[in-house]
Amino acid sequence: MAIDVGQFINTFLEESFEGLELIESQLLDLRDDDAEAVNAIFRAAHSIKGGAGTFGFQAVGDFTHGVETLLDQVRTGVRPVTDELKALLLEAGDCIRDMLVAARDGAQTDAARIARVQERIDASLRAPGKRPIPFPPSEGARELEADRRSLEEGASNVQSGSDEGVVADTTDPGLGLRGPGWRIRFVPDPDVMRTGNDPLRLFAVLADFGDLQVRCELEGLPPLAELDPEECRMSWLLTLVSDVNKTDVEEVFEWVLDECTLEVEALDTAQVGDIDPVANDEITPPSLPVGPASMASDHEAVASERARSVGGTACLETVPDAAEGTSLEARGVGGVAVAGRSTPLPERRSTDTGSIRVGIDKIDGLINLVGELVITQSMLGQIGDEMVSGEQACLERLLEGLAQLERNTRELQESVMNIRMLPISFVFNRFPRLVHDLSARLGKRIELRLSGEQTELDKTVMEKIGDPLVHLVRNAIDHGIELPQKRIAAGKPESGQLHLHAYHKGGNIVIEIRDDGAGLDPRRLIAKAVERGIVAPGQELTDEQAHELIFAAGFSTAEQVSDVSGRGVGMDVVRKNIKALGGSVEVRSRPGRGCTFVIRLPLTLAIMDGQLVRVGGEIYIVPLVSIVESLQVRPEAVHSLAERQLVYRLRDEYIPIVFLVELLADGRPPGSLASALLVVVEADGQKLALVVEDLLGQQQVVIKALETNFRRIEGLSGATILGDGTVALILDVSGLIGLCGGRREAAGEVAAGVDAA
Amino acid sequence: MNELQATGGDVLGIGGETDQYLTFMLADEEYGVDILRVQEIRGWTRATPIPNAPSYLKGVINLRGAIVPIIDLRERFGLPPLEYGPTTVVVVLKVLGASGSRTMGLVVDAVSDVYSFGPDARQSPPELGAVVDARFLQGLATVGDKMVILLDVDRLLNTGALAVAGLE
Repeated sequence: MAIDVGQFINTFLEESFEGLELIESQLLDLRDDDAEAVNAIFRAAHSIKGGAGTFGFQAVGDFTHGVETLLDQVRTGVRPVTDELKALLLEAGDCIRDMLVAARDGAQTDAARIARVQERIDASLRAPGKRPIPFPPSEGARELEADRRSLEEGASNVQSGSDEGVVADTTDPGLGLRGPGWRIRFVPDPDVMRTGNDPLRLFAVLADFGDLQVRCELEGLPPLAELDPEECRMSWLLTLVSDVNKTDVEEVFEWVLDECTLEVEALDTAQVGDIDPVANDEITPPSLPVGPASMASDHEAVASERARSVGGTACLETVPDAAEGTSLEARGVGGVAVAGRSTPLPERRSTDTGSIRVGIDKIDGLINLVGELVITQSMLGQIGDEMVSGEQACLERLLEGLAQLERNTRELQESVMNIRMLPISFVFNRFPRLVHDLSARLGKRIELRLSGEQTELDKTVMEKIGDPLVHLVRNAIDHGIELPQKRIAAGKPESGQLHLHAYHKGGNIVIEIRDDGAGLDPRRLIAKAVERGIVAPGQELTDEQAHELIFAAGFSTAEQVSDVSGRGVGMDVVRKNIKALGGSVEVRSRPGRGCTFVIRLPLTLAIMDGQLVRVGGEIYIVPLVSIVESLQVRPEAVHSLAERQLVYRLRDEYIPIVFLVELLADGRPPGSLASALLVVVEADGQKLALVVEDLLGQQQVVIKALETNFRRIEGLSGATILGDGTVALILDVSGLIGLCGGRREAAGEVAAGVDAA
Repeated sequence: MNELQATGGDVLGIGGETDQYLTFMLADEEYGVDILRVQEIRGWTRATPIPNAPSYLKGVINLRGAIVPIIDLRERFGLPPLEYGPTTVVVVLKVLGASGSRTMGLVVDAVSDVYSFGPDARQSPPELGAVVDARFLQGLATVGDKMVILLDVDRLLNTGALAVAGLE
């Protein structure tokens, strides 16, 4: 049965990265008595180890093995949870991630760092825990272990009551049921080969456990004339010298159990006299990772390996702990007495509940199709509208059908778009670690609060918002929250609060990053801006305007540049990136009380509400979000500026007028302003009044990139297909502002217009 | 719809160095493109103009949901433009470039024929004397006493305003 494991490697890597994230998040608030968390961490590490072994990432497997042993000692209560241990495990997690990334990309690992961490793991394995109690102090851990076993027994009777030694046996390997080895008599039924089983493979698995001697007994063989080559008439006597327990051995034969006679007996020590005695000497803790961890883990590793290799033929539930996630769910579903006792693991549950992995390209294909459907629907709708003069009864039915199609299409579109939506916890989850590391480095005390983690947004948006968020959080920790002494002096609690909050508002997701630190000091901001030449000396600014200064290019208020933040490339880039996503970022601050950044983002990048306008005979689409208002021109509100630029007075504001037709349809003379309409748009804090010939409808448009078959065009963010099948271009308002700026410098004057008005 | 799907790769099953070319007319000259690059041939439909683009870029059309740019080959080669009529044809091509494959349409006067050329039938283009920049030519071939100009689609449609990065 040759299975190409290559196709599973990606899945393994993805799962491992998820596992590492889980380890990280659980480690950060790990307490000694939190058996559930310790077990979750252990399981994740164990899965990584098992998978790494299966897929040939030997280095990862070996490294993780040490981590797993440490974790197992925590799990069984031999080793207390200390801050040093947490730090070591966190760093080990980083190493594993590096190694996996390196394995995936074929890159180099930081061998020195890995060796260093490995050295520390080995050292702490050698040094006994500070609390060498052989039995776990926490009832929870034991109960859980017992639960796990009872479940295993229920699920697979092969294992019943086999490994009592698992919990008790941590210090003395001799107490367990583990003998020096096993004598196995394997008499398969003649039909065993017909069911696809091959004794050779079984023996190969056994040989992995240790030293295996195989003797084949040929007594059962019939004379050659009667021999059926498809029947197995041989039997075997195997001697396995290994410290695995009986269950492990029996499990190897799990799939042929119904078709054979199997006897497994423990070997006496005397019986292995001919085996190298050194093997026994090595079984002394703690330098070698023996004991329950390796026992249990080896059998689980085999189980999981088996689960993978048998693929679809086996039912996963019968293989205990085959995939850790499955077992967790199985436990919940089977109702096996875990509920209500242990600390719940919300993060884990949220990602575990019935999700499937689907390639993003498939989803994009679906989205495209649905987009087409939307277009077809609006095309039919248009035809329906035009047929009003036709036969009445028939027409009514058509219109009814069209209305239904429209409703269905919209629902289908919404659900397909939903597939791309992920909870923002995927981004938020990285912050506990970041805050932990940074606050430790800076000597600050910070409590991080996350809320609204289940708020969903588009995967693409999510990928792009990560870095800006990290930047804002770093800033809040580095510049915002003060050192403990300073906070106490200011009459605030010693630890600072950092709160990340996400929620939906309209068609947007809003993310707030709130700290209770020192807040922004307008005077210092202004002084800095003057020093940097961003603001002219003596210029009066309101507090809000002063706060806005932090978004100016090349502005940094850090008194000394640290490696955490403050390289001065920060906030303007943050704002630019968020703008590029069609979002906005604002800051609110009160001196001494802290500061809040509010990020608003569209839920998706694939669909947008647009206003259709006609310019120079062509239809263009203006994103609805950037439109402030649309209005008819009042000639008396048009003023000219140095005879070159027209401005429109809207209430108390003068807004530059832009003849779109000039910008878009080269060489065409701008029409008369009197009959035109103005669409006032805003981007980058600047308003423009766009002159258009006509306002058409508003509709949702599916955004198609021009880059796919062509290239980016300044002033356009893409194209879409209208109901009649023609292409309409989507205007990019900030691009237009840039385009106008360029024009104004290039052209000495803006033609006509003045007279026309 | 007056579009006919181009036939796929192994039409004749001829191995070796022989390549098949689709030829089309342009101002009484016959041009050829590698037939494996031709996705379809369709009639002219109005394109949505792209702002501030060179005149040979007629705009973009909707090709079953994809936004595809349309290039007038006459104008690209500096030939006098022709009024578009019912016989005006758009050859939709797959173009390979730095950023992967793109789909583009070429407006030509009329589609002519399909020929197979072995390596002997092709010769390298002359350096001088052609309207067309020699960079865009793959070579010249002879059919009877006709000359066919073989175009290098990837070079032609990855230069100037058509380049991915938009570098002139």
